[in-house]
Amino acid sequence: MAGVQTTAEKWTNRTAIAAVFVALIIMLTPIYWIAATAFKPRNLATTIPPTVVYEPTVAPFVKLFTKRSQLREQPTQEEYDTAPWWEKMVYDGGEKVVRNRKSGEVRSSGYGDRFKNSLIVSVISTILAVGMGTLTAYGFSRFKVAGEDDWLFFILSTRMLPPVVVAIPMFLMYRVVGLNDTHMGLIILYTAFNLSFAVWIMKGFIDEIPREYEEAALVDGYTRIQAFFKVVLPEALTGMAATAVFCFITAWNEYAFALIMTNRNAQTAPPYIPSQVGSGLPDWTVIAAGTFLFLIPVAIFTFLLRNHLLRGMSFGAIRK
Amino acid sequence: MPTNNMTRLDPNSQAASRGLSDLSIRNLFIIPTIAFLIIFNIFPLLYSLGYSFTDFRASTNAPAKFVGLQNYRDLLNDPFIWKNFSITAKYVLISVTGQVVVGFGLAMLLNRAIPAKGLITTLLLLPMMLSMAVVGLFWKLLYDPNFGIINYFLGLGKFEWLADPDMALWAIAIVDIWMWSPFVMLLSLAGLSAVPKHLYEAAEIDRAGNIYTFFRITLPLVAPILMIAIIFRTMEAFKTFDLAYVLSSQPTTELIAIRLYKMAFQEWQTGMSSAFAYIVLIMVVAITNIYVKYLNKVKAR
Repeated sequence: MAGVQTTAEKWTNRTAIAAVFVALIIMLTPIYWIAATAFKPRNLATTIPPTVVYEPTVAPFVKLFTKRSQLREQPTQEEYDTAPWWEKMVYDGGEKVVRNRKSGEVRSSGYGDRFKNSLIVSVISTILAVGMGTLTAYGFSRFKVAGEDDWLFFILSTRMLPPVVVAIPMFLMYRVVGLNDTHMGLIILYTAFNLSFAVWIMKGFIDEIPREYEEAALVDGYTRIQAFFKVVLPEALTGMAATAVFCFITAWNEYAFALIMTNRNAQTAPPYIPSQVGSGLPDWTVIAAGTFLFLIPVAIFTFLLRNHLLRGMSFGAIRK
Repeated sequence: MPTNNMTRLDPNSQAASRGLSDLSIRNLFIIPTIAFLIIFNIFPLLYSLGYSFTDFRASTNAPAKFVGLQNYRDLLNDPFIWKNFSITAKYVLISVTGQVVVGFGLAMLLNRAIPAKGLITTLLLLPMMLSMAVVGLFWKLLYDPNFGIINYFLGLGKFEWLADPDMALWAIAIVDIWMWSPFVMLLSLAGLSAVPKHLYEAAEIDRAGNIYTFFRITLPLVAPILMIAIIFRTMEAFKTFDLAYVLSSQPTTELIAIRLYKMAFQEWQTGMSSAFAYIVLIMVVAITNIYVKYLNKVKAR
């Protein structure tokens, strides 16, 4: 549409841009509301009209990490005065921090452990999936494999299964070998889940690396393995990083397997956070704080990944 | 694009015969993955195929009794299961249609010179990267009839979203549309940017109207990519568990995955649920097959 814009076109454009901004606001409001609620005092989280301007507090985060109970009687002035700043915040909210009877140490809520479990399981399963996936992708990309398309379809199809379908037999098998509620159990499941994705995406990336590079290295006296590690891998690094971020996010966000396969020791954050709502009046500021911390890694990764989103989300079907 | 027709290094050449042979490297690289997937995906399914012919309950020590095809017969004759299927079909229809309309609409709006376009696009894509269970849960607060911001901003008073049996499925689908319209938008944008500019110029010279241009040029050229998005989202919506499970416990929102979960892990009807899982599995494999066939067709162009 080269040439001079007519007045009508100009107005169409302006309307479209205005509409984009309205859409942007609507799409981001839920996310903004999570962040906003995470820094609100509890009594401002559920007001009508909604509280937009308020003095931010970190009280929800203090409560998120500590075990608390209802305050039966007010703390004495001395107790209150000698309490550290974060404990005062809990007192101010009408609750008190639960301490270990013997050592007097503050008892923590389950959130920190769940967050740590999420990290352990996501990071290890990502490394395994990307490592194995890259090797397999190289194999399919560079060598003749009988029935290649069938194998690739088989690999992809394992990803398409609904989690609950896989979870039923896995639960029974894990029970036999004692992998229920262990990090190892979840790591295996997430690795299997992400491996198919990693193979498909990495095959696309490796297909794009010219074969001439390795062939030149082979002629120069490298072995195939050396050529793979010294020539192909450095070229594939960007692709591997993008794949790793995708695998990490998938594992980090996963809910169904974690809900079924873990309950305490190895439970990750996604099944834990909803379990905190329970019945009665939930403290939404604490839930928002937990959600907010949980979303930060994903938000950062989304920005790092922005140029690869199309390719990753379409399983490598569309590249650009 | 698979580049299989490229010349591969002659396996008998001197260069290829140094170190491990190509054949052993290939096997070394591929077999562990295949083995891993067989052990942890295929073997469990065979394991549960066996259970699907029994009345096994994982909550008791009673030995499993072989019942033949009884489970399958019971399931296919159970009117409640068909109810679950029809709820799921309705859910898929609402949510995928919504995603296509919103996602494609956004892509059309974005497909022009816009200040800070890259940043805006990335921000719009953010919802689809988030955890469905964790963020979905937070929508409970947004939907709250007493102090939810949705009712407040839409002026709906004390409208019940999740407590109303007829509304709950829509409420879940709206969250799904919010999360996954960006996905359709992302793919549509790729399709739109691939439409050659000269086609629009030619249409302009011919004084073709906007509507004509849209239906005769834009839509047909974007259709293949849009189709990928639709099939992909259909598959995912069919499997929906997280969102519906955290948001609602209404019988009217009991999707197939939720019924299956309850049957297996709350009622502990292990044998029956294994059979049910197989019925679902066959359906998913069928849709996946269509998807992959289509993908290869599009790629082949």
